[in-house]
Amino acid sequence: MSRRLSQGGRLIDRSRTFHFTVDGRRYGGFAGDTLASALLASNRTLMGRSFKYHRPRGVVSSGAEEPNALFGLGTGDRFEPNQRATMTELYPDLTALSQNRWPNLEQDLGGLISRAARVLPAGFYYKTFLRPRVFWKHVYEPVIRALAGLGHAPAEKDADRYEHFNVTVDVLIVGGGVAGLQAARRAGAAGLRVLLVEQTAQWGGRAPVDGAVIEGKPADAWITGVLSELQSMPNVHMRPRTMGAGVYDHGYALVYERVTDHVSGAQGPRHRLWRVRAGRILTTTGALERPLSFAGNDLPGVMLAGAVRDYVVNHAVTPGERVLVVTNNDDAYRTALALSEAGVTVPAIVDARPGGGGALAEAARSAGLRVLTGTAIAGLSGKRHVTGAALCLQDGTGEVTEQIACDTVAMSGGWSPVVHLWSHCGGKLTWDVDEVMFRPDPNRPPTGADGRGFVEAAGAANGYLATADILGDADRAARAVTEALGRSLDDAPALQAEREETAPIRAVWTMPEKAPVKLREKMWLDYQNDVKVSDVALAAQEGFESVEHAKRYTTLGMATDQGKLSNINGLAILADTLGAEIPAVGTTTFRPPYTPISIGSVAGEARGDLFQPIRRTPLHHLHEAAGAVFEPVGHWRRPYVFPRDGETVAQAVEREILTVRHKVGLLDASTLGKIIVKGPDAGRFVDMIYTNKMSTLKVGRCRYGLMCSENGFLMDDGVVARLDEQTFLCHTTSGGADHIHAHMEDWLQTEWWDWQVYVANVTEQYAQIAVAGPKAREVLETVGGMDVSKDAMAFMDWADGALAGIPVRVFRISFSGELSYEIAVPASRGEALWQALRSAGETHGIAPYGTEALHVLRAEKGLIMIGDETDGTVVPQDLGLDWAISKKKDDFIGMRGQQRRELSRPDRWKLVGLETLSGGVLPDGAYAVEEGRNANGQRNVQGRVTSTYRSPTLGRGIAMGLVRNGPDRMGEVLDFPGTDGVVHRARIVSPAFYDPEGERQNV
Amino acid sequence: MQRYSAFAIAREALRHHTGWQRAWRSPEPKRRYDTIIIGAGGHGLATAYWLGKLYGIRDVAVIEKGWLGGGNTGRNTTIIRSNYLQDPSAAIYEKSRSLYETMSQDINYNVMFSPRGVLMLAQTEAEARGYRRTAHANALQGVETQFVSSWRVKQLCPIISLEGPRYPVLGALWQPRAGTARHDAVAWGYARACSDMGMDIIQKCEVTGIRSEGGQVTGVSTTRGEIECDRLGIVVAGHSGALADMAGFRLPIESVALQALVSEPIKPAMDVVVMANTVHGYMSQSDKGEMVIGGGADGYNNYTQRGSFHHIEETVRALVETFPMISRLKMLRQWGGIVDMTGDRSPIISKTPLGNCFINCGWGTGGFKAVPGSGWAMAELMAKGQSPLAEAFTLDRFREGRFIDESVAAGVAH
Repeated sequence: MSRRLSQGGRLIDRSRTFHFTVDGRRYGGFAGDTLASALLASNRTLMGRSFKYHRPRGVVSSGAEEPNALFGLGTGDRFEPNQRATMTELYPDLTALSQNRWPNLEQDLGGLISRAARVLPAGFYYKTFLRPRVFWKHVYEPVIRALAGLGHAPAEKDADRYEHFNVTVDVLIVGGGVAGLQAARRAGAAGLRVLLVEQTAQWGGRAPVDGAVIEGKPADAWITGVLSELQSMPNVHMRPRTMGAGVYDHGYALVYERVTDHVSGAQGPRHRLWRVRAGRILTTTGALERPLSFAGNDLPGVMLAGAVRDYVVNHAVTPGERVLVVTNNDDAYRTALALSEAGVTVPAIVDARPGGGGALAEAARSAGLRVLTGTAIAGLSGKRHVTGAALCLQDGTGEVTEQIACDTVAMSGGWSPVVHLWSHCGGKLTWDVDEVMFRPDPNRPPTGADGRGFVEAAGAANGYLATADILGDADRAARAVTEALGRSLDDAPALQAEREETAPIRAVWTMPEKAPVKLREKMWLDYQNDVKVSDVALAAQEGFESVEHAKRYTTLGMATDQGKLSNINGLAILADTLGAEIPAVGTTTFRPPYTPISIGSVAGEARGDLFQPIRRTPLHHLHEAAGAVFEPVGHWRRPYVFPRDGETVAQAVEREILTVRHKVGLLDASTLGKIIVKGPDAGRFVDMIYTNKMSTLKVGRCRYGLMCSENGFLMDDGVVARLDEQTFLCHTTSGGADHIHAHMEDWLQTEWWDWQVYVANVTEQYAQIAVAGPKAREVLETVGGMDVSKDAMAFMDWADGALAGIPVRVFRISFSGELSYEIAVPASRGEALWQALRSAGETHGIAPYGTEALHVLRAEKGLIMIGDETDGTVVPQDLGLDWAISKKKDDFIGMRGQQRRELSRPDRWKLVGLETLSGGVLPDGAYAVEEGRNANGQRNVQGRVTSTYRSPTLGRGIAMGLVRNGPDRMGEVLDFPGTDGVVHRARIVSPAFYDPEGERQNV
Repeated sequence: MQRYSAFAIAREALRHHTGWQRAWRSPEPKRRYDTIIIGAGGHGLATAYWLGKLYGIRDVAVIEKGWLGGGNTGRNTTIIRSNYLQDPSAAIYEKSRSLYETMSQDINYNVMFSPRGVLMLAQTEAEARGYRRTAHANALQGVETQFVSSWRVKQLCPIISLEGPRYPVLGALWQPRAGTARHDAVAWGYARACSDMGMDIIQKCEVTGIRSEGGQVTGVSTTRGEIECDRLGIVVAGHSGALADMAGFRLPIESVALQALVSEPIKPAMDVVVMANTVHGYMSQSDKGEMVIGGGADGYNNYTQRGSFHHIEETVRALVETFPMISRLKMLRQWGGIVDMTGDRSPIISKTPLGNCFINCGWGTGGFKAVPGSGWAMAELMAKGQSPLAEAFTLDRFREGRFIDESVAAGVAH
């Protein structure tokens, strides 16, 4: 059984007991435990179910690489699936739920799948579920989906918040083991700004567990000293529980801090994503132990040797009473010794190397432990937990030589440097045959803009496993980084660390080496995804020779641990099956993040109201008080309509339209884009931006202008006012202001950088109010302060002045066809002007109107609307706007595009009015069909509806549309089928439904 | 070809699966072929497949620089739909979608086409109008779509939040027969079928030059020697510009990185595909249980297959507003692919200035859904010199201004 040892545990505090719940059962643990160590201490070794076969699984590791021990943590709006028990620090009242099982972890019905594993090899699903065809959607897929997945989806909106930090540092050091600490100490002493991060809560990494002695001191003591030294350096920042997640181009790195995950009921952000811009990145991320591939190696009770040592030394927990150690290298002997020292029986150390180990093996023998060399595990006994091991010769085919009773197997297949961050941005690896590992190739680092490497690896992450070598490499890397950043480093004497004589590792990819397929079918590579040695071999046999193919075909390395335990073993099997060398097979691509990070942290603070904040006009709260219904326009909210008590939206829109036609209406036009173009070359510039000749516009006058894209398509429109010789005020559509501003800057900065022009988007500086209707002039005269008579201010004039004592700029322009003034005032005075206009207009029946009335009013006049009549495929000529295209100019943006054959074709779809024969309203977006079908079997069409409304002024439905040769086909009747099958019939008419001569606006 | 079936699996299980044959042969290149296709991605393999299947052209080599299906075929978010606005697009994507329906049976390889339905959210009035228009167009194009209410959206996808503070869901364009498929399987299944027809799929063979004489291609130079041919198809997505350069013509293509990410797997939470074009994000749940998330393309050209992280942030931020529950899932992996973008964001399936050289590219951010239909049209064009499905997608449309602009209603992500 697994249990707590009576003594020891360098990380736990036995004076503080925490209670926690798993699957409704209460357990106890100590402060300093992880969920995994506390469960082991409580003799709970079954911690999960595998993904594919639902096999029972125990914890296999003690760190970030854990594939098995995953739980749902928390409840309600703080529930999160797939949390690794090994990385979960215990806190009081922690609540966890096991996963991927039904009805419970012990009796999972899905476990029956495991019995059929023989017919479910890699990729079986590509070969079956083919018939009958409809079964995939209705039977096979739903069943597969239900069995797949791991934890349950969170059901509620996340109660926690997340934040981003942005920092710039000289060096980001990832990994707070002895290499990271030593490198930080050296770089810090050189005056560099250093950020040192460590993914766990503890500094020092594995050295204290391994019993390292540095400068004559136990590792713990040395670490404490270095920590206090680092804490005294103002230029060094240290963050525990913070993981280097990804490395990107130009020294950009993502760092993921779990701020409050370890505290129950904590305040503040849960996770913090650091966006780091670093001069250099130093990875001291250590190494991960590899499992060994022997039959039955996925049984609960089989663990990594290093993890067993961690639990014994750090948490005073032994995973079993009789722990068999199996290895191909010296390091696992440390586990045997630690166990033995803690009083746990180690029945044997099974070493695959014929010659056995070095000094540590000697120490083990001296401690009375039995060491078997050249030996391997042929198989394990036990159904839900290890009960014994059968041994064989490593060089044989698996004939059993001996049975050993044990309840735990501690395995070590060697160590793989954590090269993820080195590789994310293109760093290359080299295969070290002697050390049996991929290590960073110092000649091919990820390079920055200057062509030099910007990531350096050191310590175990760079392939050094002995403490003395690790510290020496940290010194080297710190020097390299410091000098690369233009600083110098004083010479410091090399640190002294004890070093044992070691025997070389042996590459062991299966146990035994010549294992027959029956054994290979029971050797797990990827625990979570249930990928076995036989699966990778099958992939190779079927031609999936590329490591990417083999990965995708078998799903090796695609689980939540992303192959941290399985990838090297898997590609060694692939190489072996193909008869190729490991480096020729290569690795799959390392992609960020190193371990999964919360999606909440990626989103950061910008959530809810902070997600793309809403823009409100200076008059917004007045509209709110008036009961306006709002609609989103770009990032703005604009009043759609102002319904009165008892009115429906449709009734209110009609009333507003008639108010403008017969009395006077007020429109908040503040969102209208306003861009100032200023400078000696302003005239030349607006002549290029607009299709019209704008430079001839006189000061004091306005002109309606069109802007086209380079391809010639109509992009935006609006009224341009010339403020003075060198200044134009360009009005754009509400939605277009930002991108038109960007468009102007684009041309100025990339093509006409030598023109003397500035452009500025002043949209938000002004409130703008349209006063429209036959009584508009009277209202302004009542307000008083400016001569707005026809003589003083003709149609398309503008003037500065004052109204009600407020400085204003009045434009006499109209989008409704009625007498109309648009009045711009500084944003802060918008409310005062609105109120003044309302009270002055009271006797005239003034009322505010919204965007829907605006749209109908302009449609009644046949005026186009960007986004309705245009969609990026329409040229001004299609809309009868040829008059706005200057024939005198040599060039403007879009001119050349419009000369292309398709855009100048005579039979293009052109703007017309459409009147239903029934008087009803045409459906929005409907197409006019014509006879026959095209070569692809689609109905032929000859036009479409672009705007369609009920006109209260005319008492009938009106529409605008684009029809092939439309203006030449007045009076023709077209068929518009609706999506409901009803065919609407409409006659082609002029789009100017109301006051075609424009007499009403020109009074 | 060894037939795949449940029975075959049971039979092989008895001998520990030692009897499975290679899914495709891995031959040395011959000295000459009738037809060479450059690029063994989905589109290239589909082209070869239909050349053999429909036109009996089987003396074909498909040449691949890396590993088959290793480009965008194996990197996309697997969405298949055909609710396009413009006639030429709707025609080819609907052809493609309908071919997906029977693909598993046609090639005896389960590509797991899952017609679970695609919702394209309308989150502004303008978008709602655009999708109503698309629904009208689709009805005439023979594409089954429907503009549905926000209530129906919630019913189809309960994890969605209709009341996003910024972009409330006003409705959606619903295509019930759209869905997803297993992307790798499409490439593998086609490769197996092509190999079975006697075609040579030559991996790890980079084309270094295109030889021509008198306006006709005569062959290609490769890292595995010179290979002659009578007909050449270039189907290489992001690297089209480089290949066209070898052939001596230029393309209106820009290559940019497009990124995607997946969450850790969870139990089924979402049965449909949801696209939110206003905020540039889309999401579906794979059969494995991962939330598959895609977003917008990078703003600058490059070939690195990485991309900048702020795009991931923007996409995720938008989707957290749309699907609040994903906040407590974890991002498992992010990656990038190089997409070939044309000026109108529609593909090129065209003849070229070289008489017997054809090109298929420019699928941009949405090529996977088109794979079988694109191959169908390309094969027809290569075999017969013309194809109704490809007719609008010629290279000269950019010179003539005959754009096929889908951004009209669908935003950028398609």
